[in-house]
Amino acid sequence: MNAHARTFNEAARQQTADLRQRAWIQTALSGYYAKRDEFKNRFQSWPAARDTAAAIKWEAVNHLDRYLDEFASRLEARGTSVFWAPDAQAARDYIVGVAREHQVRSIIKSKSMTAEEIHLNDALEQAGFEVVESDLGEYIVQLRHEPPYHLVFPAMHLTRQQISNLFHDRLGSAPTDNPEDLTMIARRVMRRKYCEADMGISGANFAIAETGMISITENEGNARLTTSLPKVHVAIVGIEKVLPRLSDLALFLPMLATAGAGQPITCYNTLYGGPRQPGEPDGPEEFHVVLLDNRRTELLADAEQREALHCIRCGACLNVCPIFKNVGGHSYGTTYQGPIGSVITPHLRGLQDWKHLSQASSLCGACTETCPVKINLHHHLLHNRRNAVRERPARFEKLIQTAFVFVMRRPRLYEWIGRFGRILQPLQRLVRGTLLDPLRAWTKTRSFPPVAEKSFRELWRERKKP
Amino acid sequence: MNNREIILGRIREALKIAAPHPALHDGTGTTTPLPASPQKWLPPVGGTLEEQIELFRRNAEDLKAEFRECTSANEAGQYLKKLALAGGWKKIGRHSGELTDPVARELGLPEVRTDGGYAVNDLESCDAGLTECEALVAQTGSVLVSAPSAGGRALSVLPPHHVVLARRNQMVPDLTAALQRVQEKFKDKFPSFLSFISGPSRTGDIERILVLGAHGPKKLTILLLP
Repeated sequence: MNAHARTFNEAARQQTADLRQRAWIQTALSGYYAKRDEFKNRFQSWPAARDTAAAIKWEAVNHLDRYLDEFASRLEARGTSVFWAPDAQAARDYIVGVAREHQVRSIIKSKSMTAEEIHLNDALEQAGFEVVESDLGEYIVQLRHEPPYHLVFPAMHLTRQQISNLFHDRLGSAPTDNPEDLTMIARRVMRRKYCEADMGISGANFAIAETGMISITENEGNARLTTSLPKVHVAIVGIEKVLPRLSDLALFLPMLATAGAGQPITCYNTLYGGPRQPGEPDGPEEFHVVLLDNRRTELLADAEQREALHCIRCGACLNVCPIFKNVGGHSYGTTYQGPIGSVITPHLRGLQDWKHLSQASSLCGACTETCPVKINLHHHLLHNRRNAVRERPARFEKLIQTAFVFVMRRPRLYEWIGRFGRILQPLQRLVRGTLLDPLRAWTKTRSFPPVAEKSFRELWRERKKP
Repeated sequence: MNNREIILGRIREALKIAAPHPALHDGTGTTTPLPASPQKWLPPVGGTLEEQIELFRRNAEDLKAEFRECTSANEAGQYLKKLALAGGWKKIGRHSGELTDPVARELGLPEVRTDGGYAVNDLESCDAGLTECEALVAQTGSVLVSAPSAGGRALSVLPPHHVVLARRNQMVPDLTAALQRVQEKFKDKFPSFLSFISGPSRTGDIERILVLGAHGPKKLTILLLP
């Protein structure tokens, strides 16, 4: 077992034993389920909308070269600098370079999982720049020096008391258990930052090829302020974010909001097509778009799993996943948590190091069923398992399977083993769950079914007797 | 070879093997041809303007935005006077426009105009931002603004109360129609900024409890003029 798998197992063991935390996550998600269903039902056909969304993403991802080229060319035509980053290092270097060139003093950032993926904040801080996360949840986890707990709800694991204590310690605010007061504390801090910052960094939810625009979805208005006031705006965009046409947003914006947050539409859905244009009163003087590959093209090369690039990062699969709800977002140790994270992380960071995430699944398929772009998530977990074993055969498991087949094909031997088990089981009971127990891996958290008094074959023989 | 060619090269290489079509992978679907408009799957919208205004009103209410029909710019200005009094407004931000000019004149408060540039701190200290828009979307209760129709990027998000002035002929049934409208209007000369605003700024980041006025406006008022 590698270090990542050991860390995951240990964290998962601790989290699953923390009943209070598990109950908390359930509570935090219960409102989401009700709202998500309510707004899904307002669609004339949610299943048909999913089919259409899947077909549009398929079209985009399977003609990615054409659409990306179109996207970049149109942005450049209106004065945007497009940087193609083959890997995380290139993206970090470029963005640090932009900050240096403009001698920025403070940087304000809106939520971006892609920026998390390349550890952008660390790189900027090491280069001597102050970066402030402006999304409330991201700001809270930044103050705690933690990664986001969830793709969409970064601070969902924290209670208002914990947040109040954090603000009290770090910002000197008076303790309060009112979420509105807590929000206003952050609002006041951030207002100053927006006005002072000379560089804004954002992600993007969609990249529109037809018109050369990025689309940012948010509720708080922090991304809008981040991209309005500072004189430089840098957007970091994964290459898979492309949509062919502007009109595709008419489907994707409501679907993203419904699946991701249980909202009919999010508060702000904003399109940026360049820096401040002639005649416009405000906006950045420079607009940089960083297109990030960072091994996405390796996932693209796997035709079987290519559709994992259709993901719009709504987080719906996390919200329904029994594993996520029990082990929590931090146990994964990845940028992208939950089912989609378990599918793509082995591609982005190495199959052998991250294959254990594909084992951490009940294969219940709730993720596949909820995905708004119909990614066959639980099947991809199986594909990852298969690929991992193909690449590095599990010899011990293979041996066990061979022995199993050997026994199952020999009824007499099977019967004898059954009898043997009947004799041994009372002995095993004496050491059950302890280090002496050969079945410990199973029995330390589960019971082992008793071997039947008589096997079917024995019963059959008895009853056939006249 | 530059980075652009490297990445596009990797993509072309990767795409040499075709991927299975999405509608077939689970064996239940049949291939859906891409509809020109996804409208037939999205929430339904009535065909007449009155129905659309009614739907917009309901959606705006759900989004905690205020929606009101006014018979004239005069009436809109009078209504804003009441809001100003109740909210203790001392100064507003606005841009020049055929709707904002008469309404602001009626309101008669000191103002910061964003046309041609402004100081950020001046705008930040305004109690309200008065803008026009490109379209109102009945299906979602959204206001579509752009840099030219809303006095730039910040006016509609920085002051704590955003007031939108719109005309009845700006009501469109759905997002598709709104996007089509701006595409026809701007052709290849798009503004650098377009935004669908759906209710006042909000967050649920603390215990998933809804709080209005996270970073943007705490209040959104939409006044529909003839």
